[in-house]
Order: sequence, then C-alpha cells, then structure tokens
Amino acid sequence: MLRSHNERLLNKRSGVELSGAEIVVQSLVDEGVEFVFGYPGGATLHIYDAIFKHDGINHILTRHEQGAAHAADGYTRSTGNTGVVLVTSGPGATNVVTGIATAHMDSIPMVIITGQVMTQLIGNDAFQEADIVGITRPCVKHNMLIKDVKNIASAIKKAFHIAETGRPGPVLVDIPKDITAEKTQYVYPKSVSMRSYQPRVKGNDRQIKRGLEMLLAAERPVIYTGGGAVLADAHKELTEFARYIGAPVTNTLMGLGAYPASDKQFLGMLGMHGTYEANMAMYEADLIFAVGARFDDRVTGDLTKFSPRARFVQIDIDPASISKNVKTDVPIVGDVKVVLLQCLEALKNLEKPEAERTSKWWQQIAQWRGENCLKFDSTSQFIKPQQVIKSLCEITGGDAIVTSDVGQHQMWAAQYYDFDKPRRWINSGGLGTMGFGLPAAMGAQFGNPDAQVACVTGDGSILMCIQELATCLQYKLPIKIICLNNRYLGMVRQWQEFFYEQRYSHTYMDSVPDFVALSESFGHVGMRIENPGDVDGALKEAFDLKDRLVFMDIVTDQGENVFPMIPAGAGHSEMVLRPEENLKPGELS
Amino acid sequence: MRRIISVLLENESGALSRVAGLFSARGYNIESLTVAATEDSTLSRLTMVTRGNDAVIEQILKQLNKLIDVVKVVDITEGAHLEREVILVKVQAKGSEARDEMMRLIEIFKGKIVDVTETTYTLEMTGDSAKISSFLEGLKNTKILETVRSGITGISRGKSALRA
Ligand SMILES: Cc1ncc(C[n+]2csc(CCOP(=O)(O)OP(=O)(O)O)c2C)c(N)n1
Ligand SMILES: [Mg+2]
Repeated sequence: MLRSHNERLLNKRSGVELSGAEIVVQSLVDEGVEFVFGYPGGATLHIYDAIFKHDGINHILTRHEQGAAHAADGYTRSTGNTGVVLVTSGPGATNVVTGIATAHMDSIPMVIITGQVMTQLIGNDAFQEADIVGITRPCVKHNMLIKDVKNIASAIKKAFHIAETGRPGPVLVDIPKDITAEKTQYVYPKSVSMRSYQPRVKGNDRQIKRGLEMLLAAERPVIYTGGGAVLADAHKELTEFARYIGAPVTNTLMGLGAYPASDKQFLGMLGMHGTYEANMAMYEADLIFAVGARFDDRVTGDLTKFSPRARFVQIDIDPASISKNVKTDVPIVGDVKVVLLQCLEALKNLEKPEAERTSKWWQQIAQWRGENCLKFDSTSQFIKPQQVIKSLCEITGGDAIVTSDVGQHQMWAAQYYDFDKPRRWINSGGLGTMGFGLPAAMGAQFGNPDAQVACVTGDGSILMCIQELATCLQYKLPIKIICLNNRYLGMVRQWQEFFYEQRYSHTYMDSVPDFVALSESFGHVGMRIENPGDVDGALKEAFDLKDRLVFMDIVTDQGENVFPMIPAGAGHSEMVLRPEENLKPGELS
Repeated sequence: MRRIISVLLENESGALSRVAGLFSARGYNIESLTVAATEDSTLSRLTMVTRGNDAVIEQILKQLNKLIDVVKVVDITEGAHLEREVILVKVQAKGSEARDEMMRLIEIFKGKIVDVTETTYTLEMTGDSAKISSFLEGLKNTKILETVRSGITGISRGKSALRA
C-alpha cells in the first residue's frame, strides 16, 4: 500500500519554511494519503498551485464536488483508507454537504478541506463566502476553522485522528485563503493526544463474560451484525466467533459481507426488505447478540413489536448507540474487532456450546427458509431485475465490488448478490443518497485498480451524478454500470402503488435519455438490453471489455416490486412475502 | 425530571454552538443555559437545565460526551448539589409606603437594592429556583418594569470537583 511507500517521504520537508498551501499538501503526503478528490476555485488557488508543484500527491479532478465527496467515500469503504476531499469556498463547499452527510450517516472516515475567503472578509458576505463550519456542524464528526498558519499541520493531523478513531466519521477543515499564503516552519506531528477525546477500544471483561454466558445459555440466539463489523475489519473474528457459537447470523444492509453470505449459518439481510427467515428469527429470538449495529428504524420496524421475547447484548464503539432505540441488557463499549478477539479468548474458559441446545431453533429456521422468500417469476417475457443481479453475481464470481444508488435496484442488489467478503458492497444505507453509486464506484476503482467494479443503479439515480462519466474517461476507469431501467422512480412508485391507491405522483420518468448515445458521447461503451435471453451474454461481453467503461441500459419489468417487505409501522412477524398478499398500510414513514 | 447538567468544554470558538446545536437537532429541551470561563483559561464551564425521562437524559449525557470539544459531563442533580441563579428586577417604587414595603421584602429574601431613582428600585436577589419563584410571588402586587435572570448555575457539594 502507498502508506508504507510514503514512509520514505515522511517529514522530508520537516523543519523547512513552507507556505500554508504547501503545508496542506505536505501534511497530506506525510499522512500517507494516496488520493485527493477535488475541484478547484478561487479560495484554493494557492493550494492547487502547491499541488501542481508537488509530485507526491495524486489529485483526482471530478466533475462536481458532490462526486468528489462520494468518490472519496467509495474509496474509503472499499479500502479502509481515509478519503480526502479538497474543494473551494462557497458553492464548492456547499456542494459537498450531501457527500459529507452521506459519509456521516454511515460512519465513514473522511477528511474534507475547504477553502474559505480571506480572514478579514469572513462575516462580510464576501464573494463565495459560506459559513461551511456552521452549515456542516450537524453532519460532521468534527470541524474546525483555521486561524493561524502555524495550526494547519496539527489541525490536519487532528482531523485524521478524529476521523479514523472511535466511531469514524467525516472531519472538515476550513482554511481561509490568506492563511494558505503565509509562511511558517513545517512540522507534521507524529501523533495527537486530546484530553477531550479518548475513545474506548477494549471492552470490559466482566461485561463480555456476562454477555457470552447469556449467549451460550440461549436456546434461540441470533447474531445481528451491522456496518460496525465492516468498519472495524472484524469479518474474520466475527466468522470464527459465530461458527464457534453455532448461532444463526443476520447482517444489516450496511453489514453485508462481514459474514459470508454463502455460509450455512447465514440468514440473509434483515429489516424492511430482509429475508423472511432473518426477520422471523429476530422476532422469535430469546437472545440478540448485536455486533456493530445500531437498531435503525429500517431494521427494527415498529419498536413495540421488535424481538418481544429477547434479551440484548450489544457491542458498539459508540456508547450513544447503545440503548438508544432498544434497551440493552448487556452493553459492551469497544472496538468490534478488539471485543470479538476478547470474546474468543474468554470463550476458552467457558463451556463449549452444545449443538443440541439450538437444534430445535435450527429446525424452525429451516422451516422459515422453506418459504423461499426471494423466489421470483423467472418465466416472464420481461427482464426481471432480480435475475440481472443473480447473473451479475455469477459472472463476476461473487467477487466484484458492487456500489449502488438508492431505490428498488439497491434492495435487489443487496438481496440477490451474495457477498462473501467485506468492503465489496458499497451503498448509502443511512442517508439513502441517490447519485452516490457512480462516484462511489470511481473511488472504489481507484482504490482497487484490478478489481471488477459494478455500479448497480436506476434510471432516476444515475442522472444525479451523471457528469462523473467524464471523470471516468479522463482516468480510464473500467466501471460497469448496470442500470436497471424501469422508467420509474421505482421505490417511490412501489409505495404509491401499495399505500396511495396507485396515484403515481411524479414517479414516472418521461424522457429518459438514450443512455447508449449518452455514454458514447462521453467516450464510453453503451449497451441496451431488452430481452431476458440477452442478459448473461451482454454481462459477459461487458466484463470482458477490461479497459472500458460499459453502460448497460437494461430495460426491466416496469411493475416489479421489492419483496419481501415489512410495511412501515409493522413488526418483523408481519412481513408481506409476495405481491399477491395484501399489504396492510401501516403508519407511513 | 428536571436535571442540571454541568459540562467542561474546550474554550474554542464554536464549542457552545455545538452544544446548542445538539439540543435543537435532537429535540432535547433547554430551560436555561449559562456558560463562562473557568480558572483554567483553556476551559469553559457550561451549565444547563433540561427535562426528560431517564432514557432521554442518558442519551443527552452520551451525546454531550460524544462532542469532540467536551471534556467532562456530569448530571449534578444525581447527588447533593447547590444551585444558584441571580435575578435583577426593576420595579416601580413611588411613595414612601411602597418603598418601605419593598425594603421589607428585600430583607426577607436577603436581596439588595442596587439602583435607585425617584420612582424605581432595581433589586438583586440570588437563590435556587424555588427561592426565586417565591421572591417573584412576593412582587405580585408590584409593577415590574423589567426582569433579567442569569440562568441557573450549580456545583456539587462535598470534596469532589469537576476538573479536566
Ligand atoms: C437525493 C435523493 N432524492 C430523493 C430520494 C427519494 N427516493 C428514494 S428511491 C427513489 C427512486 C429512485 O429511482 P431509480 O433510481 O430509478 O431506482 P428504482 O427504485 O427505480 O430502482 C427516490 C426518488 C432519495 N433517496 N435521494
Ligand atoms: Mg427506476
């Protein structure tokens, strides 16, 4: 990785007098930053000049600041390295807000550097002035305005430290233009220590023992894991732990890949569009062992009907995520990976679980599985979106990095692509940001140049950051865009069909562009696929074009809906499995 | 339940708005909020009065702790504590009878008259919220021209001290 390669360059310029702009760039280099995703402007002119003169930094010019933020985000989610964004003041800064909020909701570490107007102009409604520190305060982990050139290096170091430790998140550093021109002696700190910020890493041993004893004594246990297990890179520990315990495992939308989807203990995803077996197991469980999961409303459904007979053990790095929505019986605060290692150690001193104890539970689960809740009509004359994802999974050997946008296609990707490895499934789960998929795929491709990267998107979402096709051409990113084109804002249309008596208010996409011509105009390969029999061949052809971006416009069955489904306001046991079943409108949200 | 929460935070620009923003973003209520420097110039001390059930208060404490600028948080209502608020009241005081009456009230509440004109008195009184309320009750028949309250501050009783 470039981090170690950069060790050589580390602090090469330490002690030298540098301008603020040079310090920004040198700090990033010394931090081991591989890529900076950005877009220039007046307030960052000095910084861009310093980038021009420095050969140790790789700047990626996107076509919109939102694209820069999502690209940095996709890079981070797929590699674990913190993504860096550099944009100008005012509109440059406000354009990244959606990207920052997206990262924030999913706890993705990110460092955003924004240019600001000159110090003496701040507060004067100056040209391209925006109070970005104020604007982003609720959607960053932390942010700061630099007032002295002497503080730039330490602020950047602090930004990475805060972004990467504890519950990760975006940190924004706002730097006025005049400060990037001033000079000072450059020293990049080796480490940071803050009295006000000391996240806890190790779990309390007594709590761990209590939690494990409860898990071992349970007759109907479920291990429920979320994005925290992916962020902590705890997949190995989680798999070893779950196999030793012998309990069923379910992942949230954010947690897919932390436990191998093809494993026999895996129940699939839970929540609104989770599997029947996962949700029924949650409902009937007597013990829920939560690992880096935050009991989000899309997961729990109606809280009053959530796992009514269960007790809860919850491992999380963020104390505020514990007992927020569901009262936890045994809270364990710590890094998921570290705590799971402690668990594995502690299990050596506890009696090995007997398979006997949960055999009835597994029989029950087998029955639920028998419902085959993900089956769909495969004889249709129209292309079924579910089948496209299944083929995609097959043709990529289940090993592609799959990014998605937001909507039905996102749920189908989550349901029908079997993720056996972490950091392969990249989606905006928390904020649900349409427009995320393509730029996130760019970031993922930069971070994993040899990987197959697929962006599963919809005819609505793809248009929200379509300009990034130009970035893909400039940097020759061979992404495969799988556009499940249903001529609808499908997910919204689905709700209108079920809960608003089919009043399709503004969800039909009139004038969908000719995506083939559009891709070609950007210098890429476009394909339009209209027959079910052509899907596999087209996918193979696309993935064989190893050095080209291919936009696959796949015309799918317009009326297809995502099932199973827990209507909002219902509980896990009130799933609707198939279109024929009546949907009881719950409380809409 | 009413709680008094004390927060030590880094004396950085924007720190106060992070706390205030947290309360509005998450829908917690603030009945009063005071903030000032401490003996350590790098730290500010903030006191806020809020209301909520145990689960809400637990979240408030955790969310406050999560703010990067926050060094320490305690709910001082959990133990024995002192609370104080200062109130300044400008009242109409015309004629010797009214003026004598005012003097007696001030005496009872151990307050002070801090400013005088021919027709007004400005009164100062310190106490916990119960005492302030009964003081205001005592002024029921007086014409109040202006009141200002400092907001509540508090400190725990005993030897333990809230420090960084
Ligand atoms: C930026 C943004 N605006 C609006 C929404 C609300 N929304 C959720 S899904 C959806 C429809 C997406 O349509 P499309 O991309 O075609 O996907 P489909 O559901 O048809 O697969 C909309 C509008 C959103 N999630 N994000
Ligand atoms: Mg669509």
